[in-house]
Amino acid sequence: MENKLRLEIVTPYGQILSEDVDEVTSAGTDGEFGVLPGHVPFITTLKTGVLIYKKGSEMGYVFISSGYAEVSSDRVIILADSAEKAEDIDVERALAARRRAEERLKEVEKIDFARATAAIERATIRIQLAGKRVVK
Amino acid sequence: MPGLKEIRKRITSVKSTKQITKAMKMVAAAKFRKAQSRMFELRAYADKMQSVLSSLAGSVDTGHPLLEVRPRKNVEIVALTSDRGLCGAFNTNVMKAATRLIKDLQNDGIEVGASAIGKKGADLFRRRGFNLRRSWTGLSGRISYVNAQEIAKDIIENYIGETFDEVMLVYNEFRSALVQKVTTVRLLPLSPVSAEETEPNEMRAEFLYEPSQQAIFDRLLPKNLEIQIFRALLESQASEEAARMTAMENATKAADDMISSLTLQYNKARQASITKELMDIVGGVEALKQ
Repeated sequence: MENKLRLEIVTPYGQILSEDVDEVTSAGTDGEFGVLPGHVPFITTLKTGVLIYKKGSEMGYVFISSGYAEVSSDRVIILADSAEKAEDIDVERALAARRRAEERLKEVEKIDFARATAAIERATIRIQLAGKRVVK
Repeated sequence: MPGLKEIRKRITSVKSTKQITKAMKMVAAAKFRKAQSRMFELRAYADKMQSVLSSLAGSVDTGHPLLEVRPRKNVEIVALTSDRGLCGAFNTNVMKAATRLIKDLQNDGIEVGASAIGKKGADLFRRRGFNLRRSWTGLSGRISYVNAQEIAKDIIENYIGETFDEVMLVYNEFRSALVQKVTTVRLLPLSPVSAEETEPNEMRAEFLYEPSQQAIFDRLLPKNLEIQIFRALLESQASEEAARMTAMENATKAADDMISSLTLQYNKARQASITKELMDIVGGVEALKQ
């Protein structure tokens, strides 16, 4: 289809999304980037964050936990460690995960600092995003 | 010949065993379908990852430490087994292959260390007096990508710290619901990634890389190992449930055979006792007549 982007989000747990969209914005490790149809092909690593796509007047939000993106003129392929659409986020689980990670941070001597902070970051973004719904 | 009552008791007990094995078979079948679909779901991810890696391989420096081949002085064997039993020769096969591999390597004068994934493997190694470096247990049934990441992280750290120079994984590869094959793969050093041949150089040059080709390549390599481990975990899971299905199917059949032979025995005994009673009565009547 002319002037459309094929957005595919794949995780080790299966394909999360495969849709024709108009615009994709995502968080790369070197900063946020936006993709419109006809974009120069590029490959980038992603950090934990939110991917936003626009399809007509609809906006979709997807939680992405580190991975990478392969962009070409008519498709965006996201390979993420884990990903969830905003409406599929389990807030209870994210809250529990954040509590656990915060507990771990308190036990200063035996924590893996990077892992705990990464867990907190993931949970926080999930919680923030969970409130958002697809805007029509 | 055992009495009627004993035979009846045995029939009831075999019947209830049969019900259990039948139920276990159905549970295994359901779990198997789930494990199989997870395996297929991963395939899409693994394939895409592979294609990006090979498209990068041609244009980057491939001197990454995980690709570096060192002389084999110390080899680590990782045996992937299940946490639960009752799945036929599933675990025994893996352990046999692992033990053989360990012996072969030791005969060549190579130091061997061992790790186990799954409770059965850990127990068996311990019983044979083998020192385990690490063991991961309790994964069965709820394998997640995080498990694979943990295992990969541990292996990578020890590999780079030169605790060992090579890592081999022994596991049950999934062929079909009826066939599981014990396979040994080398996890580290990673087999060199071959550059994609179909794609000409000019095509690749068009890609922009952020941060850089090298950085992306270096980040993808450990991820590749994670995926390999995750795939092995899922395949082993599917194989385990398939093996359990077959084992329970056989057990149910054996119970059926046993029930029919016991029933035959029971009827014979019953017939015999009736005949004996009749003879007693007839004997008694004859005695009275006289």
